[in-house]
Amino acid sequence: MTGRLARTARTTRILSSVAAILLIAGCTNYYEIPIETPIKPKLDVSAFQRVLVAGFIAGGTDDVDGNLETTRLLRSQLRTKSDLRVIDTDVLPLMEVAVEDKGTVPEAKAEPAKTDGASDGKEGKEGREGKEGKGEPKAEARGEAPQSASADKAPAIKDPKDLEPYEHIFADVEYWKKIGEEYQSPLIVTGTVMFTPHQRSGIVQREEEVYDSFGRRRVVPVRTYMERKGYILQPKFVFIDGRTGTVMHSENFREEVLYNANQSTPALSSYFELMDRLIPSFLSTLSSQKIKGTRVLLQ
Amino acid sequence: MPIRILTILLLLGTAATPLAADTRSDAQKQVQFGIAVAQRGLWREAIYRWERAVKIDPKYAEALNDLAIAYEHEGDLEKARVAYEKALELEPNNALIKQNYELFKEINDRTTRKDSQDNQNP
Repeated sequence: MTGRLARTARTTRILSSVAAILLIAGCTNYYEIPIETPIKPKLDVSAFQRVLVAGFIAGGTDDVDGNLETTRLLRSQLRTKSDLRVIDTDVLPLMEVAVEDKGTVPEAKAEPAKTDGASDGKEGKEGREGKEGKGEPKAEARGEAPQSASADKAPAIKDPKDLEPYEHIFADVEYWKKIGEEYQSPLIVTGTVMFTPHQRSGIVQREEEVYDSFGRRRVVPVRTYMERKGYILQPKFVFIDGRTGTVMHSENFREEVLYNANQSTPALSSYFELMDRLIPSFLSTLSSQKIKGTRVLLQ
Repeated sequence: MPIRILTILLLLGTAATPLAADTRSDAQKQVQFGIAVAQRGLWREAIYRWERAVKIDPKYAEALNDLAIAYEHEGDLEKARVAYEKALELEPNNALIKQNYELFKEINDRTTRKDSQDNQNP
């Protein structure tokens, strides 16, 4: 009897050892490991110590001042997420400068241009450092194109095509060189920003909760016709060498967001929602970034 | 005559099996060592080990997977892509390699999309 018990115990021990070995063997052939993928910056900005976000030629909805808001947001992001010193100065009235520079006003549309002023009194999420966008007096003091009658007549930019008559300003080497000299040869960030309302209707798939006769809950996909509205953000960032006035690099982006037609979302919060999506790409142009993740090593 | 040929082929086959097993076993040792050093953060050494493993056994999908991860960690995305794709070619149904590759692609696509969005002069 004792011998049988001892044999059973031994068999159990052997079996559990085999099971343990099998379990370990099964578990040890893969290992989760955290990794950090470095993404090299697109631009070599090692020659610059300072960055000047000069301003933007903006258009689209009147509810958001694309020039002012983009300048503030990029300055604030660069201040915290790059090694470059951000120059705090008034936003350049680029649209007016472009009009003055060309000497002709593109065919005027119904509404006047709106590049200055706050965004309908709404406050951006990055906080306000005073209304720094009213740069006219300083611009004049710097010898830049002052506001003039022709500038006042600049047409509203409602469509990306409306930006074309102004884009020559980015290739104006003399103008940017002058700005560069004034701010001790920084990297200059400028460009265009289109923020336009957008509407789309069609079939949308969404999930709906249903309960059967036994009261059991199920989630089923339901296709419904929906009217949605939102915004499209199309910025173009132009990077100019403040030492030479030449364009180093430029990037185009496009992001859009749609909400239920009955949902009321302020234009400014949509603007920040869309900018949030492309800020990492903007920053990765200037500074290296590390993307954290997990992978599985196999044996 | 055909029986003799068959016998020779059979002998060659049985002789080749332990050889292949030896190759895999040698490569496995390198992979194992690579994993141990990678877990300590010594990624360069891990790369060396996994490159050796792949050299010993070019059909070792797991070694290629590990090598791809190490390249990714070093920021060499092009080499990582090639290694992942080779690994998946060898083991297209390996869910873990697929998962790693999908995660890698998310990062890689983002950087390549950024490239294609460039237009140098306004």
